[in-house]
This record gives sequence, C-alpha cells and structure tokens, in this order.
Amino acid sequence: MGIIATEAKLSNAAPVVRKCCALIHHQQDKPVQPDISVKHLNKVYADGFRALNDINLDIERGEIFALLGPNGAGKTTLISIICGIANISSGEVKAAGYDIVKDYRKARESIGLVPQELHTDSFETVWGAVSFSRGLFGKPPAPDHIEKILKELSLWDKRNNRIMSLSGGMKRRLMIAKALSHEPQILFLDEPTAGVDVELRRDMWDMVRKLREKGVTIILTTHYIEEAEEMADRIGVIRQGEIILVEDKAQLMSKLGKKELRLHLQHPLETIPRQLALEPVELSKDGYELIYTFDSQQEQAGVARLLRTLGDLDIEYRDIQTRESSLEEIFVGLVNE
Amino acid sequence: MNLYGVRAIYNFEMARMRRTLMQSVASPVISTSLYFVVFGSAIGSRMGEINDISYGAFIIPGLVMLSLLMQSISNASFGIYMPKFSGTIYEVLSAPVSYVEVVLGYVGAAATKSVILGVIILMTARLFVDYEVLHPFWMFAFLVLTAITFSLFGFIIGIWADGFEKLQIIPLMIVTPLVFLGGTFYSIDMLPEIWQTISLFNPVVYLISGFRWAFYGVSDVHVGISVGMTLLFLTACMVGVWWIFKTGYRLRS
Repeated sequence: MGIIATEAKLSNAAPVVRKCCALIHHQQDKPVQPDISVKHLNKVYADGFRALNDINLDIERGEIFALLGPNGAGKTTLISIICGIANISSGEVKAAGYDIVKDYRKARESIGLVPQELHTDSFETVWGAVSFSRGLFGKPPAPDHIEKILKELSLWDKRNNRIMSLSGGMKRRLMIAKALSHEPQILFLDEPTAGVDVELRRDMWDMVRKLREKGVTIILTTHYIEEAEEMADRIGVIRQGEIILVEDKAQLMSKLGKKELRLHLQHPLETIPRQLALEPVELSKDGYELIYTFDSQQEQAGVARLLRTLGDLDIEYRDIQTRESSLEEIFVGLVNE
Repeated sequence: MNLYGVRAIYNFEMARMRRTLMQSVASPVISTSLYFVVFGSAIGSRMGEINDISYGAFIIPGLVMLSLLMQSISNASFGIYMPKFSGTIYEVLSAPVSYVEVVLGYVGAAATKSVILGVIILMTARLFVDYEVLHPFWMFAFLVLTAITFSLFGFIIGIWADGFEKLQIIPLMIVTPLVFLGGTFYSIDMLPEIWQTISLFNPVVYLISGFRWAFYGVSDVHVGISVGMTLLFLTACMVGVWWIFKTGYRLRS
C-alpha cells in the first residue's frame, strides 16, 4: 500500500469550526494554513537509527487527528519533534503557522502536550503543578481559569493534595490539566487513555470533543483502535518511520473496509461447489457456514450472483449475517503489508 | 523575554527549598557550625594567630566558602537532575523558554538559596567567634559571584549526570579536597614553596583569598587576581551551559 492521501482534508465532523475558520481566513484575505505542517521531516539519531523518513503531513485547525502505528513506528518521535523535545535532522515543521525552530516561542505557546508517561513532581500540589505549567508557557496567573480546568477534570477537590497521593487516573487528568493550563490551540495526546478505566476513558473522550468544539486541534496517538474509531476525523498510519496513509476516517473505512457475508446452511457441505470456485468463498470446518468476503465499495452484484448460484444448486440456508471490518482490522492489515 | 516562565521555574525551585528546610538549611548550618565550635572556640583558642587574625576568625571565610560551593553545586545539580530523572523535563523542553531563561530560573534559584545559606552561616558563626568585615560590599559581591558561578557549575553537573552517584562524585571527590587544600584552614604562605606554586593551580585558592580579603584586608593573592579568576571560571561555566543548550547535550535527542 502506498501513500493513499497526504493532502489534508477537512473532516465532515467539524463543520462549525471549519466555517468559522474559513470566515476568519476570508476576512484576513490569507490562504488557509494548516495548524500543523510537516514537510520532508527526517530524524536520524546519533547511533544512525532512522526514526522518521521523509514525513509529510498537514493537520487542519479544529480536527481530531489520530496517529496510529505499532510500537517503535515513530509516533512519539514525531510528536516530540513538533513539541520541541527532540531535534530535527532535516525538514520543516510549523505549528499554528510558526516554524518550530525559528519561531519556537510562538510555535510552542500554541501547543499543549499530554505525554504517554505520567511524569509529575510527586511532592507538588495539584494547584501548584498546574499553575507552574501556565507560568512556564508565558501566561500570567489566572486562578479562575485553573479553577475551571480543575473542576472540568474533577480535580477541584484534590487541588491542595500532593500529586503522590493521587490515583493513576487522577494523575492522568492532572497531565491534561497541565497541558490545558495555557489555553493551547493545538493539543497532543500521546496515548491519553493508556491504563485508565472505562469510565475515565469515556470522560476523556467527552472532554476531547468539547475541546474540538472550541476549535482546538487535537492530535491523538493511541493503541486503542476503538478510540480512534470513536473520536477521530482523520486517521494517519505510521510504519517504520514513514506515513503510509492519511485518510478521512469514514472514507478509510469505506475504502479499505471488508464486508463479510455468512450463510448458515441447512445441511453441511463437504466441499465448496465448483460453480463457486472462482468466488471469494470459504467453507467453515463443520461445513455449515459459507463465508463470502468482499470490498465494501465493490458493487453488490457478487452477492446476488452468489445467492442465485446457491439457489440453482438447491443449497438451502437458514440465516444470513453481514459484518463490516473494524478500524482495528484495517490497521492490522495495513501495518502487516 | 518569558518572565512568567523564569518566575515559574524560580518559584518552583524556591518552594522545594521551603519544603525541605531541614535538608536545605538546617543540615549545612549545623555541620558548618561544628567547625566553628571545634576549630574556632575549642582548638582555635589554643592556636596562634595567622596574619594577626585569631585562628577562629581566620577560618570563617574558608568555611563559608566551603558551604557556599557545596550548596551551590548541590542545589543547581539536583534542581535540573530531578526533572531529568522523573521525566518532567519534557515540560521545560516543550515550553516557550530560551536557554537563558531556563538557566536564569534554575541557577538563579540555586544561587539565591546558597546566598541565603551563606548569610545564615555567617550570622551563626558570630555566636562562636568574633570577626569583622572590612569590605562588606566586596564580601557580598564575592558571595553572590561565587554562588552564581558554582550554581552554573552544578547545573552542568546535573545535566551531565546520568545517576545519583555522579551527582555526588564531583562535589565530594574534587570540590571538597580543593576547598580543604585551598587555604580554608591555613594561609598558603605557610606551605613550602613548591606547594605554594602547586596551590596556585587550585581555583578555590583565589575564591577563599578574595573572600578573606573582604573580611580582614589580608589575602594570599592580590584581590584583583581573585576577582579575575572568579570571572574567568564564571565565563567558562557560561560557555559550558551555552554549549549544552546549543547541542542539546543529554537534554534533546
């Protein structure tokens, strides 16, 4: 599979934001700029390991972009470079229209990062830690804003507690509060729900949606494919340091998704009839199921032909089931190619 | 300039000092006071004067300098090493702060803590030993300059160290011997000529000599040379820090 699409497309899921952005851009008579623009980015570590290879990626304002990839694919390296934690070997990266090297202050002001690991100062209080983050990013003290964030993340009651006394889930919320303390335009969530319970995961998804409604651009890496399936507007897949696919989620599932038709037979078959030999049909071990697999975009004539042939052969079936492949199956298929 | 960023780092580090008063303040004050009691009040009263200064008073500048150097290095190295160790350094690296601002925050806090400690030790010394300060301005200038210089040095050690053991190696294995052999307890004039020459390669000699001059108007080397050497070491440390941030040494991969 080559690069299917690298051009950014505004998703259908953020029409209001896109309309606002378009209006602003029109009024200022400026071309629409992506919030994150990565051009020919390469990263080679000192030991010669090439972590990123000619990455090109545009992420538009107000979209939720999910970056998927197996362990070691380069997701965290890419995020680290955009956020300023790792150096660029070659290429150009812009955040909110600012070059992350030449205009690093402006670029970094616009970014909030929730890292994968729970890095916190155990002896600091929740309030102190969030206030520290706001100051570090050049913003004047704003107790009202911090209070609002802590309340939204259900941390208000813990504001005077030391971080060491918080549960893992609370620490995860705190990391998000710190990242949001300076009101960033772009939010990176690196495996945000790793190790959190289902309830908290749902809460976080809700919070991410609310942020998107406010126009915040969200870049999400996750191992939970259902998370990307649930939230993302667009999906990017990275493998061995290369972006192998960037696609609107719905289009991706439509393009690469497989459909499966399962026919439960009245009487078992020993082999697949020769009339069906050319069709993508499998027979279950017990002979009671015929499984027909087809592309979801393919014209449906194949199904009609299959059913007609079964009728001609007097093969009776008592039930029909169809199933569409999940994003996880698409992802596994892509990275294994 | 991101003044809010500088203030955030500075306040964070100062808050750490307030949280650990026993370790940050009480412990060095008590251990240095023991020197005043033993060498100043007890043994010192039976020893002769050096350059017309009582032995108890003579050793005060050197002992203050010992604490100042050790605490400056310890405060600054620990201040930057801990975020590296715990992983919270990601936040500083991703923040819109220049390396000058990062250094101002960390080194400024470390130097402030050391100066506060130096002043407390000087006040404590007064309880055990009579001493005077002939040049208060220069005394304070040496105090501040040395605190900044060795906080910068500590900052470099904190970046270089990849384990707690390395944080301790240079202060204990190099700085402490240099201070003890740098004229804390004696004037280098009292050494044989060859050892006097060798001592001049010890940078701490210049610091202690200049600091002692500010107290009593006597020194092993000219005060101008002491100031010059301190500034030279300060410059070397600044170049080291500049190189670290320019290359990302042990900070950015």
